[in-house]
Amino acid sequence: MSNQSVAEYEVARSKAKSLYPRYERKEELQHQTHFCPGCGHGIVHKMVAQAIDELGVQDRTIMVGPVGCSVFTYYYFDTGNVQSAHGRAPAVATAIRRSRPESIVISYQGDGDLSAIGSAEILHAANRGENITVIFVNNAIYSMTGGQAAPTTLLGQKSTTTPNGRNAATEGYPLHVSELLSTLQAPAYIERVGLGDNKQIAQASRAIKRALDNQVRGLGFSLIEVLSPCPTIWKMTPVDSQHWVRDVMEKTFPLGVFCDRTKERLAAPAAQSVPAPALDELPGILGVAEEDLPEGNAAAMAKEQEIDLEVRIAGFGGQGVLLLGEMLAEAGLDAGLEVSWLPSYGPEMRSGTSNCHVRLSRQTIDSPLVTAPTVLVAMNEPSLRKFDRSVRSGGWIIYDGDEFPADCAREDVHVLALPFTRIADAMGDKRAANMVMLGAVLERSGVLPQASIDAALRRLIKNPRWVELDERALARGRELFKEALAEA
Amino acid sequence: MTDEKKPDRGQLRIDEQECKGCGLCIEACPPKVISLSERLNHYGYRTALYQGSGCTGCGICFMACPEPGAITVLRLMNRGAGSVSATGAVGGAAA
Ligand SMILES: Cc1ncc(C[n+]2csc(CCOP(=O)(O)OP(=O)(O)O)c2C)c(N)n1
Repeated sequence: MSNQSVAEYEVARSKAKSLYPRYERKEELQHQTHFCPGCGHGIVHKMVAQAIDELGVQDRTIMVGPVGCSVFTYYYFDTGNVQSAHGRAPAVATAIRRSRPESIVISYQGDGDLSAIGSAEILHAANRGENITVIFVNNAIYSMTGGQAAPTTLLGQKSTTTPNGRNAATEGYPLHVSELLSTLQAPAYIERVGLGDNKQIAQASRAIKRALDNQVRGLGFSLIEVLSPCPTIWKMTPVDSQHWVRDVMEKTFPLGVFCDRTKERLAAPAAQSVPAPALDELPGILGVAEEDLPEGNAAAMAKEQEIDLEVRIAGFGGQGVLLLGEMLAEAGLDAGLEVSWLPSYGPEMRSGTSNCHVRLSRQTIDSPLVTAPTVLVAMNEPSLRKFDRSVRSGGWIIYDGDEFPADCAREDVHVLALPFTRIADAMGDKRAANMVMLGAVLERSGVLPQASIDAALRRLIKNPRWVELDERALARGRELFKEALAEA
Repeated sequence: MTDEKKPDRGQLRIDEQECKGCGLCIEACPPKVISLSERLNHYGYRTALYQGSGCTGCGICFMACPEPGAITVLRLMNRGAGSVSATGAVGGAAA
């Protein structure tokens, strides 16, 4: 094609601006979606992206992708992206929309996700009339996991869990989500569209844009259900799947608008939610007198010192792993720092293993995960072996044991290995081992004012006998650390 | 190509490496000017192939295609009836 002949033409339809030019996928696949040939998700992605482009809201759109084939919205949409747990997208979308009122939030969900595990979330988001847009891709099956029946599976439709076809007597009837939600008073707009032929596709595209526009105009909850082909799981060619949407699926799920309150909302906006109270109003609301509020000891902090303490604490359940972390975080809060405390433990209440992540920083903390700790507190050998390699070069391992296992030693990491449990036992109670170890951590980091530690202790420990023991334990930990340093 | 022939109202560009050969565009195209290639692309798919003429620029194939950038639809720029030749020898086309 010569340049001249290209120049006669202008681009009329091309990839939407709100989709990345290349996707952050494995090397070879960066310009391909993960969708199978003929997948309806791809078509719906394009419609959503086009609507975002046309409404000019790319910079304030946040997509919420859940679990299922739609899980990778963040590969494709050059918008904000949050990936939610299975079925929970409407709850996540609610939180985002409410905490960032200027954002445009799209919950993009499959039918297994929305109508099975997430049936409660969608029902209540719709019933609250959240000002979000839900794109509900109904392919009558769980596709990503290989074709189990969904609530939307048609009567007689075969799936791996209904090998003889869905039978109403045992599996109930296909769930009509759009009709169901339309019985509620709050939703602004609910429509079912299909991808069964050119006409349907054009209507689907219009409906999706409308649903997004409703949100932009603050009209409330909109949901577009899209009957969408899944050639792979349906075991049909893409073209046959398209026809199946129109000729078969549509008989169970008629297309149309089920609820439209946009006109009345435009005339009289839906009840406005009361804005959340400002932080400084909270004590009053909670009935806490101003003078009873802890003042904190931020003033005692050395102003110029950079702080980014990342601690991983691990041990058996019952060893006080989580409390150790909480103490550190609480003291950090008292000192006016940004803190995060993230516990991670099994279902056991006692025994089992547990660990927690603690971060203290002057900056806003991006993630509460501590994958490369500057300090590892290992309260037993299995915990040491689980995390020793992760400690950052130049960091510290504080280990409860007589002897540090030789094969765990690293040239680039400092170690303080002492029988902390026995030391605590000798002081009065072996359960205070966590506080002895915390004393060592505090001494090593050296940033938190003692007043903050005292305040944290009083806030977290109510029994005076324990407060007294823990105070001694903390002091002992500090001493042990200093002694170890002096010896080294 | 002769100068008398009216230029097509549209043109298609197909990204061979993005197309997965599902055939939905072939089904969707009203003037039926798309077919499937014999050749396989890098990923082993036969891909959509524009026959080179007859496109009306309607854009229906674009919406039917599940791949975001596999199809680009171009439309003849409107520059007054009869003033454009098929070879595109018209000034100011880049505007
Ligand atoms: C809590 C939880 N339960 C189950 C799964 C397994 N799982 C992954 S995808 C999926 C089904 C998704 O089906 P659907 O929402 O219809 O999306 P599709 O893949 O069909 O687009 C399930 C059950 C999971 N990831 N998380």
